[in-house]
Amino acid sequence: MPLIKIRDLHFSRGDRVIFEGVNIDIHRGKITAIMGPSGTGKTTLLRLIGGQLHPDKGTIEVDGQNVHQLSHSGLYALRKRMGMLFQSGALLTDLTVFENVAFPLREHTDLPESMIRDLVLMKLQAVGLRCARDLMPNELSGGMARRVALARAVTLDPMMIMYDEPFTGQDPISMGTLVNLIHRMNDAMGLTSIVVSHDVDEATEIADYVYLLSGGKVVSEGSPVDLKRSSSQWVKQFMQGLPDGPVPFHYPGVDFKEDMLNPEVSP
Amino acid sequence: MIGIIRSLGRWGLSTFERLGRGHLFLVQILAGIPGLFLRFSLVIQQLFSVGVLSVLIIAVSGLFVGMVLSLQGYYVLVDFGAEESLGVMVSLSLVRELGPVVSALLFAGRAGSALTAEVGLMKSTEQLSGMEMMAVDPMRRVIAPRFLAGFISMPLLAAMFSAVGIIGAFLVGHGLLGVDDGAFWSQMQAKTDWYDDILNGVIKSIVFGFVVTWIALYEGYDALPTSEGVGRATTRTVVHSAFAILGLDFVLTALMFGEG
Amino acid sequence: MLQKKSTEITVGMFVAAGIAALFMLAMKVSNLSDFSDEVGYQVIAEFENIGGLKVRSPVTMAGVRVGRVSGISLDSVNYNARVTLSLYSTFDNLPTDTSASIYTAGLLGEQYISLEAGAEEEFLQNGDVVELTQSALVLEQVIGQFLFSKAEGDEE
Repeated sequence: MPLIKIRDLHFSRGDRVIFEGVNIDIHRGKITAIMGPSGTGKTTLLRLIGGQLHPDKGTIEVDGQNVHQLSHSGLYALRKRMGMLFQSGALLTDLTVFENVAFPLREHTDLPESMIRDLVLMKLQAVGLRCARDLMPNELSGGMARRVALARAVTLDPMMIMYDEPFTGQDPISMGTLVNLIHRMNDAMGLTSIVVSHDVDEATEIADYVYLLSGGKVVSEGSPVDLKRSSSQWVKQFMQGLPDGPVPFHYPGVDFKEDMLNPEVSP
Repeated sequence: MIGIIRSLGRWGLSTFERLGRGHLFLVQILAGIPGLFLRFSLVIQQLFSVGVLSVLIIAVSGLFVGMVLSLQGYYVLVDFGAEESLGVMVSLSLVRELGPVVSALLFAGRAGSALTAEVGLMKSTEQLSGMEMMAVDPMRRVIAPRFLAGFISMPLLAAMFSAVGIIGAFLVGHGLLGVDDGAFWSQMQAKTDWYDDILNGVIKSIVFGFVVTWIALYEGYDALPTSEGVGRATTRTVVHSAFAILGLDFVLTALMFGEG
Repeated sequence: MLQKKSTEITVGMFVAAGIAALFMLAMKVSNLSDFSDEVGYQVIAEFENIGGLKVRSPVTMAGVRVGRVSGISLDSVNYNARVTLSLYSTFDNLPTDTSASIYTAGLLGEQYISLEAGAEEEFLQNGDVVELTQSALVLEQVIGQFLFSKAEGDEE
């Protein structure tokens, strides 16, 4: 049985439809990548799984529990078992790196100070930032901030972790570090990982299974190898990053020639 | 014409919607307050940034307001040979009106805007939703301690404002203008009532502290998560707080001193 | 941890300062406090009418402040006002036939008690009674009397 089961998910923001009947299964112990062009609602999907947003229709089950029918305390209990890595890191800017990682422990447990210290240093060691523990978040580079956020996301030893665009805006070295870390965390801690990304190379490198989203629907799914071999024009365009194809280069409208000749016409 | 009516209607609807959300927000804050007594250190941190950091501006303004009141009052009262009433005039105007009102306005400008900006930035940098995903309720962890701190600080700051103002008035009145110090204090004491004047002033400042902190936190929490949105929210905090303070002051004054 | 401690200390000072300010408002500014700030002795004077005299009004002698009114009550036998004057201990040589009058400072000012020394050789002690008193001038009575005598004068 999959850890996360999304069935017939519909969601819209105002007049804009974001999901129209999405079905996704996330399997335990695997890294699942969810890819798609910008603006397809990949981050929204993570927020729906985390229970921060409510779907218009359809269900999301995490570990057998319907996220949107849980009580407030039930939802918070479930969230303790979910980790999430935000695009910006979302570190608390008024706390040091150490205190940021210690934050979930201090909020949810009554552990003695010495044990908190041991746990935090272990997590920071795993992301290679043990000696940066006294820095403030504004002194960190983007890649370091994400690593701290990763350490924080796993302090409570969750069953799963959701990565929101972990590779965006990273230099090649920190990108490599993150790819490596996500892989290692998943294997060492027996986590289930969901990676939302549009960086095809990195995502396909670590993912066991890939969903491609576009226009509010799952366009294609399969292992990275399957998708690379896919015959669909759209999948080919996305996976290879071609400028023109089923997704046109030009914003749809009237023909160029006609537009130039008729000043009156509007697209 | 239809367009004007329509935009008026839209404005009215969105205002009511915001008011409604603001009240729901208040209910959520109040629900988060009892838990704070178990973790009072959170409130202490906020008392520092909300209260202690406002002391300087409150004390300096209070001193000058008192000194100016004394100077202006003296020249009016001396014409009637009633310059000994300077103490009464200063103490009543400070304790009843200027203390609560001016310190609340300053508080909105200093602490209210800072609260809005802080909460707004926490929202725009995803710190609030990050907390939610760590199963920490930001209403309880971030908003409620700030609310309680503002609520506690305001009456203390207003009392400091009035006290410093009266000292300033005494320095000018006695030191500079030569009003008899005995008459200054004795008339003040004779005509300022502990219950009717001072406690009512304290009640006013508690109400103002409640409202200003509420507005500031709501604007921050409701801000659009962009730098422009946070900027606008900060401005709104100051403007709305000022309106709320002055409007409520009128209502409270009418209720408290109306029959007297 | 060190930073936390200093935060707690400053917050403590802040709260203490706020309460001190409130205390000052209560004690120094308003009439909550009833303790006298200077030790001295008390004498009693009876007036037929004290007008607008209040507790804490000044008591002067030749324009110099020598004490203040510390209590006002009504004598239940002769319906006079009994005013307790607290006089500073430095002025302990007031003769026993000192007289007390209630005057008004300026036209609109507050009312105060003015003492005038007599010629006796003995001095007033704590608890003594000032015998010679002159009541407050009540403006309405003065005007009424003036108009009355004026009308009588016209008739003649």
